[in-house]
Amino acid sequence: MFKFLKRLRGKDVDASSPVEENQPAAVIEVLPGSDLPSYAPAPSETETESGTEATVAQSGTRTDEKEIAKPDLVSVELPKRSLGTGIRSLFSGAMDIDGLEDILILADFGVETAEEIAAELRGEANRQGVTTDPELRLLLKDLLAKRLSRNDSALNLDDGTLPYVILVVGVNGAGKTTTIGKLARWLKDGEWEVVLGAADTYRAAAVDQLETWAKRADSPIVKPVKEGADPASVAYQTVEMAIRTQADIAIIDTAGRLQNKKDLMDELGKIRRAVEKQAKISEVLLVIDATNGQNAMSQARAFAEVAEVTGIVMTKLDGTAKGGILYSLQKELNLPIKLVGVGEQINDFAFFSPEEFAKGLVAKK
Amino acid sequence: MFGNLSDRLSDTFKNLRGKGRLSASDIDATLRDIRRALLEADVALEVVKSFIAAIRERALGDEVSKALNPAQQVVQIVNDELTKILGRENKRIQFAKSPPTVIMLAGLQGSGKTTLAGKLAKWLKEQNQTPILVAADLQRPNAVTQLQILGEKVGVPVFAPESGNGVGDPITVAKDAIAHAKKAQFSVVIVDTAGRLGIDEEMMQQAIGIRDAVSPDEILFVVDSMLGQDAVNVAKAFKDGVGVTGVVLTKLDGDSRGGAALSVANITGAPILFSSTGEDLDSFEPFYPERMASRILDMGDVVSLIEQAQKTFDEEESKKLADKIANDEFTLQDFLEQMQQLRKMGNMKSLLGMLPGAGKMKQQLEDFDESEIARTEAIIFSMTPLERNGPKVLNGSRRMRIAKGSGTSVTEVNQLVNRFEQAAKVMKTMSKGGMPNIPGTNPVTMGGAVGGGYIGGKKSTTKKKGSKSGNPAKRAAENQGLGFSQPQESKPGSAFGLRN
Ligand SMILES: Nc1nc2c(ncn2[C@@H]2O[C@H](COP(=O)(O)OP(=O)(O)OP(=O)(O)O)[C@@H](O)[C@H]2O)c(=O)[nH]1
Ligand SMILES: [Mg+2]
Repeated sequence: MFKFLKRLRGKDVDASSPVEENQPAAVIEVLPGSDLPSYAPAPSETETESGTEATVAQSGTRTDEKEIAKPDLVSVELPKRSLGTGIRSLFSGAMDIDGLEDILILADFGVETAEEIAAELRGEANRQGVTTDPELRLLLKDLLAKRLSRNDSALNLDDGTLPYVILVVGVNGAGKTTTIGKLARWLKDGEWEVVLGAADTYRAAAVDQLETWAKRADSPIVKPVKEGADPASVAYQTVEMAIRTQADIAIIDTAGRLQNKKDLMDELGKIRRAVEKQAKISEVLLVIDATNGQNAMSQARAFAEVAEVTGIVMTKLDGTAKGGILYSLQKELNLPIKLVGVGEQINDFAFFSPEEFAKGLVAKK
Repeated sequence: MFGNLSDRLSDTFKNLRGKGRLSASDIDATLRDIRRALLEADVALEVVKSFIAAIRERALGDEVSKALNPAQQVVQIVNDELTKILGRENKRIQFAKSPPTVIMLAGLQGSGKTTLAGKLAKWLKEQNQTPILVAADLQRPNAVTQLQILGEKVGVPVFAPESGNGVGDPITVAKDAIAHAKKAQFSVVIVDTAGRLGIDEEMMQQAIGIRDAVSPDEILFVVDSMLGQDAVNVAKAFKDGVGVTGVVLTKLDGDSRGGAALSVANITGAPILFSSTGEDLDSFEPFYPERMASRILDMGDVVSLIEQAQKTFDEEESKKLADKIANDEFTLQDFLEQMQQLRKMGNMKSLLGMLPGAGKMKQQLEDFDESEIARTEAIIFSMTPLERNGPKVLNGSRRMRIAKGSGTSVTEVNQLVNRFEQAAKVMKTMSKGGMPNIPGTNPVTMGGAVGGGYIGGKKSTTKKKGSKSGNPAKRAAENQGLGFSQPQESKPGSAFGLRN
């Protein structure tokens, strides 16, 4: 399991949280005129550095910055999540080495990759003189696991510069909001303080949806005052609140957007910059629906370019889709798969484990 | 990795250049490229396999081997078969005889059902229907809220007795919705349902329950156009589970090639009714099969490729032909081949329809009389090689035999021979007059059939200032004081007086 660094809190702080469990989560209604933090728009893009600082100072984050400069950090282990029965086997019967290419194509590995892996396996099988079904399965498992393993698949939650900020991006309906709900609950279970930011100000009821998840994850949420508000402002405010409340982490939801929409993609850059005025972005997670085929590559290319994606979440692996495209996402685009989604419930996610994934794919039914 | 089909085919076409006919291995090479392109466009493997098999069969058949440039026709067959699966025309929604018409939406999570419900409601309202939306997705957090907001936006009431988020029974809601709609006299009921996986039996059972409660006139399977190979499993599961009467493709405003359309249409056998093309509620249109076919195969590019191939082909053929004519070697066999080329162009009609500005030419091809060619073909086929190469040997008894063999009359045989001699003479004069060796100037094919250009019609670089006609062959003929048998230069087949 990965080690993560979070803020050290007194026991009393922890003891207080169960009391709140039955109550509605702390919801920050960012309403103008309320005594809650006022809805100040993010410093505009054209503002100079000093102007930016003025805004930050105004909202009183200067002092917070001092506090977060040297927080007492504690190394934590977060609750384990497993793929469970998520991945279904590639093979309904015996493993047929000649049919492997087709089998891999069916799993969305893509023609080229399928050809390549099949050829490699055939070569390896010949070299080792492997012929039996169990041996071939093991060979394929090892080959896949080895090629999928990398050392950057853990979430970047260990550099100690709090609050960590995670930006969640992806095409429409990929599973961004759901993933955020799951992540928040998991972090909360590990006694992290999480702030959610509803920067999907576009889709109908997107904010309400995230709010439902915030309640389920017992975490506060920063919401826009109205539909269509500037998502960059919401992102900015979310980070601001995380800093002010000394939260460990802020997770920002964004509206789904198709990768060929230039304006919408540019908006992600704007959101990024708004966040970076106050904090470092630890992760930009691109959520990809495993049922998507080769288009996932186009998605990843585009999002990586404008949003500087640091990792991929592959959702809906609980269905019949195998998500083979993750192989090319890692190999060709050098984007690590970090998490997988395996259902609609709050605990239905796991860290991506090449070994588990490969095992699932070659398992005997 | 994502090189498009036209890039690949251009290589294959290069190898095929100038070939009179395709060998089985030529066809296989082309089909390998097409297979790969389809897979990269996310058409499901089993659909690709049956598709390629169908094309191979047609391509190996007579249809192609008789054509002059079959490589191009392979592509046309592909397009034909694509349209066959995707549907030829856009289909419409089935309205109930006695209202309300009930439309149930079903599909995977995140496929775009709720947004589509809003769009459908708006569209129906604009058609003077009185729709009502039913919030039967009680699963996804705030799906009910989302539908309510959409309903408000488009001014359509939403039946939402349960707040959702895991609370309430969607089957009861659906049942009550129908009762309510009947009482309140809504003309269309749109039932939004929760996203579900094909393999989630419990959820599929629930969908069946909703279906049985509302007896829908349409069960619309809402499919994300980015769907990959899993499309087959999903389509089968929904077809065998809740059932599918129509398909809607969503997120078509993206850059996916949309192979899922082919997979789903093939597996469900249901027509694709609509395309959803954006997040705002107006981005909704009927499904256009041809557009989809060209999107999946990059057909727009492929067509220009055919054009390219055609150009090269024409150049070489023209030269060969010119030589033959000059040396008095133009035979009935050549005549037949030219004729067949004309017919092949007639077959290009469907492809041409997709090209901007090809309308006029398409019309000319429409006018083209195929039966005339068939008759000519039959006559020439009934000739011996000797007769084909030298019509001079055609005496009365030979002509009689040919007429009998081709099921025509001696008069028709005579007419053909006369036309041929006429044409050969015209062309010889033309060639002596220095027929410009310009692409697209094949004297036979351009004898009016394609109005002096060739497919695509945009290569009319042959037009020179001050010439009497933009059609170089015609111009050449004019310069020789020879008129074509038809005054209208666009009359198909007029060079040989095929019709008159
Ligand atoms: N089966 C399954 N469903 C999932 C998974 N992740 C998300 N979903 C479902 O997918 C649908 C879309 O999820 P959302 O989280 O709303 O997706 P989104 O990316 O936020 O969507 P937009 O904000 O509308 O672009 C919902 O019905 C989720 O319940 C998963 O891992 N497995
Ligand atoms: Mg969302």
